[in-house]
Amino acid sequence: MSAGGMNIGAPVLEVRGATKRFGGLIAVNAIDFDVREHEVMGLIGPNGSGKSTTLNLISGMLRPTSGSISLRGAPISNLPAQTISRRGVARTFQLVRLLPSMSVLENVKAGAVFGHRRRWGDEADSHALKMLERVGLHGRAHAPVGMLTYIDTKRVELARVLAGDPKVLLLDEWLAGLNPTELEQGIKLIRSLRDEGRTIVLVEHVMDAIRSLCDRCVVMASGKKIAESTPEEVLNDPQVISAYLGDDDA
Amino acid sequence: MDILITGIVLGGTYALIAMGLNLQYGVARIMNLANGEMLVAGGFAAFWLYTGAQVSPILAIFLVAPVTFVLNWLIYKIMLRPLVKRAKTRGQLEADSILATFGLAFVLVGLMIWAFGGDYFSYSYLSRPVEIFGSNFGLNRVVAFICAVVICGLLYLWLNHSRAGMAIRAISVSPSSSGLVGIDVPRLSAIAFALGGAVTAMGGALISTFLTLDASTGVLFTMKALIIVIMGGVGDVRGTIIAALILGIGETMVASFIDPGLTLAAAYLLFILILLFRPEGLFGRRLT
Amino acid sequence: MRFSGDDWRHIAIAVVLIAIAALLPFGGNAYYLSLGVNIAMYTALATSWALFSGPTHYISLATAAFFGIGTYVTGIGIETTPYPMLLVLAALAGAAVAALVGLATLRLSGIYFVIFTLGLAEMVRQIVTWWQNQAGSKGTYVLTNLTEADIYWQLLGLCAIVWATGWLIGRSRLGFALRIIGDDETVASHSGINTALVKVALFMVSGSVAAVVGAMIAPRYVYIEPASAFTPMLSFQVVIMALLGGTGRLWGPLVGVIPFTLLWEVISSSFPNQTTLLLGVCFLIIVYLLPKGFVGLLQKIRMRASGESARDEALA
Repeated sequence: MSAGGMNIGAPVLEVRGATKRFGGLIAVNAIDFDVREHEVMGLIGPNGSGKSTTLNLISGMLRPTSGSISLRGAPISNLPAQTISRRGVARTFQLVRLLPSMSVLENVKAGAVFGHRRRWGDEADSHALKMLERVGLHGRAHAPVGMLTYIDTKRVELARVLAGDPKVLLLDEWLAGLNPTELEQGIKLIRSLRDEGRTIVLVEHVMDAIRSLCDRCVVMASGKKIAESTPEEVLNDPQVISAYLGDDDA
Repeated sequence: MDILITGIVLGGTYALIAMGLNLQYGVARIMNLANGEMLVAGGFAAFWLYTGAQVSPILAIFLVAPVTFVLNWLIYKIMLRPLVKRAKTRGQLEADSILATFGLAFVLVGLMIWAFGGDYFSYSYLSRPVEIFGSNFGLNRVVAFICAVVICGLLYLWLNHSRAGMAIRAISVSPSSSGLVGIDVPRLSAIAFALGGAVTAMGGALISTFLTLDASTGVLFTMKALIIVIMGGVGDVRGTIIAALILGIGETMVASFIDPGLTLAAAYLLFILILLFRPEGLFGRRLT
Repeated sequence: MRFSGDDWRHIAIAVVLIAIAALLPFGGNAYYLSLGVNIAMYTALATSWALFSGPTHYISLATAAFFGIGTYVTGIGIETTPYPMLLVLAALAGAAVAALVGLATLRLSGIYFVIFTLGLAEMVRQIVTWWQNQAGSKGTYVLTNLTEADIYWQLLGLCAIVWATGWLIGRSRLGFALRIIGDDETVASHSGINTALVKVALFMVSGSVAAVVGAMIAPRYVYIEPASAFTPMLSFQVVIMALLGGTGRLWGPLVGVIPFTLLWEVISSSFPNQTTLLLGVCFLIIVYLLPKGFVGLLQKIRMRASGESARDEALA
């Protein structure tokens, strides 16, 4: 049973031995994990542990040096990003990427038009408006993106991602950089997504969020997986603590 | 065998020219399409000094270098620095600098035509044959080659064994990180740009000893320098030298075995193949 | 496809203007007609160039190559093939070459693309020159019954087609994809857009149009040779005209073509050696003063005017 109340299903995403080398640097070292349907999986670890790179491997931004990644059994590891996106894997970016020349509505539409449910015209507009409401930006459809607050830019990006009806959502430190009020709103929003039964991979640093949102956590350090369990167990694991704080404080 | 040596000799001189562009693009991040015009200017200067004052082109280099260094430094500071400051992305800076340096190139060509007319100029310096390995080669080509080797060697030593050289190499890897470790990126970029221009002009002076130039041939040399820099991998000195040699030998082979009129076509074929199979060049890093 | 009231108005204005322009040959003035042909030619070239290079920000210098290919299609085929067929062949040839070049280079960064296209015309010219030498001639004769007026109307028709195409693309998924790519290519590919394919498709459109322009102009030259058919100057001129006018609007390049063509006429008749200098100065003006062309300047003026009126209202 997921924290959201839905039955956790079969694995949707299978990562097997995924490795990424940049010259002599091994950023991701033979990572193995599954993400099952309807679960929220947290990918955590200290800075530089390879979490974002792993996300980049899944979304197709980078190609794995070796190993494989599959979506419902079909391999996606060497496919280009646009194909992976069309198969239903959508992501947000660590530094929010909005389209500067377009309005909020058009930014969200961009997610709806080219996905696996190719919407256009009025259908795309109304779907995009629905997404904006979903993320709490009702009535802001025609605001220019340059005028938005930080959390609102994140909402727009999330709306864009949701507009493509993704099967798996990859959130790359989506809660980073938010003040306490915004953080509360942000956690509530993601919780509501979880309650809908969405499959989410959450790369995060914010421990509160991880504890309250995730069903399971995979902990990475120096490119390797060092723990995998429920948030409670993982955050009390001495190995995990020493990875974050250094051996002296374990 | 002849062809090999002729090719190497040609390639060596090309290397000097491409080195100039490598410094400007690799460090200052400016794709300087007026590079060829700087070469022609260097050639012009050598021509005057030789025909007017009987100064050997080899010595002319010592005059050409500081003058073009200052000239390029001014070009960077006045024309290009504002573009660097206003560009929000690397792509935008590249687009802007292409247009600006194109403008500069055409303005320089226009000025040169206005001042000296559009005629070809060449002069005869050391055009006696010299015997190497049993065949005859132009002494002027060989001397130019030796000078190019010396200058390239000095440049290589300076870049790899001096403090300033190391700073410059750091900037070519990552300007933003270099700034973080205390390197004065704007100042050194200007110096690298100026140095690149001076090196190219020196190459022009050397090339004018055995090739005929005119105000409009700059574009040709710009293209060849671009091919070499990209083939060798941006920012890497070894790559530039090897790519230049490959181009020199390749051109000579095409000119001898197929047709002299197809040398540029052959160069472009080589370029296409590199772009298709190894766009980062021989020694470059894949730009993410 | 739905057209709004505004759309019909724009279409009506365009049709009226084109109809007026079509009357030029009846004025009887050969000089103006010749100027008109030049303007129509450059407008077709610059507008189709802007369809690709505007949204993607890739500066293509391959126009001369496609143009030259088009002139040679006419030059070679004029004796044997019916003229309309030649135009179709030119369009296909242009599209095919653009597809090859595009697939090879558009996956790489913009700078490689510019450099490659810079040399493309030269490379093709060298090959064609060499091939003509092998065949024993220096150039090709193109003898037809087509008058200057015929050429003018054809080019005007081509301009209309280019505008219609650009307008339709702008309202389609393709146009939306292009705008997204121009804003942020990473977002584009993560939204499911095959960025390479989109870019190649638009490049094929611009290459195809340039080739057809070349095919239409060949009869005007009567005698074509590689140096004039593939002159790199053409590529630079087209870039300047499109950027001077501004690629943000469909009519932008037209606004750049007219003053530049006139200026070029003046300079090349009074100071024939200074045309290169003119090109250079124009490039510099574009970079430092008019980065978004006249279109951008107009937009700035409009925004300032509406900003001032809003402020006046607020203060009143």
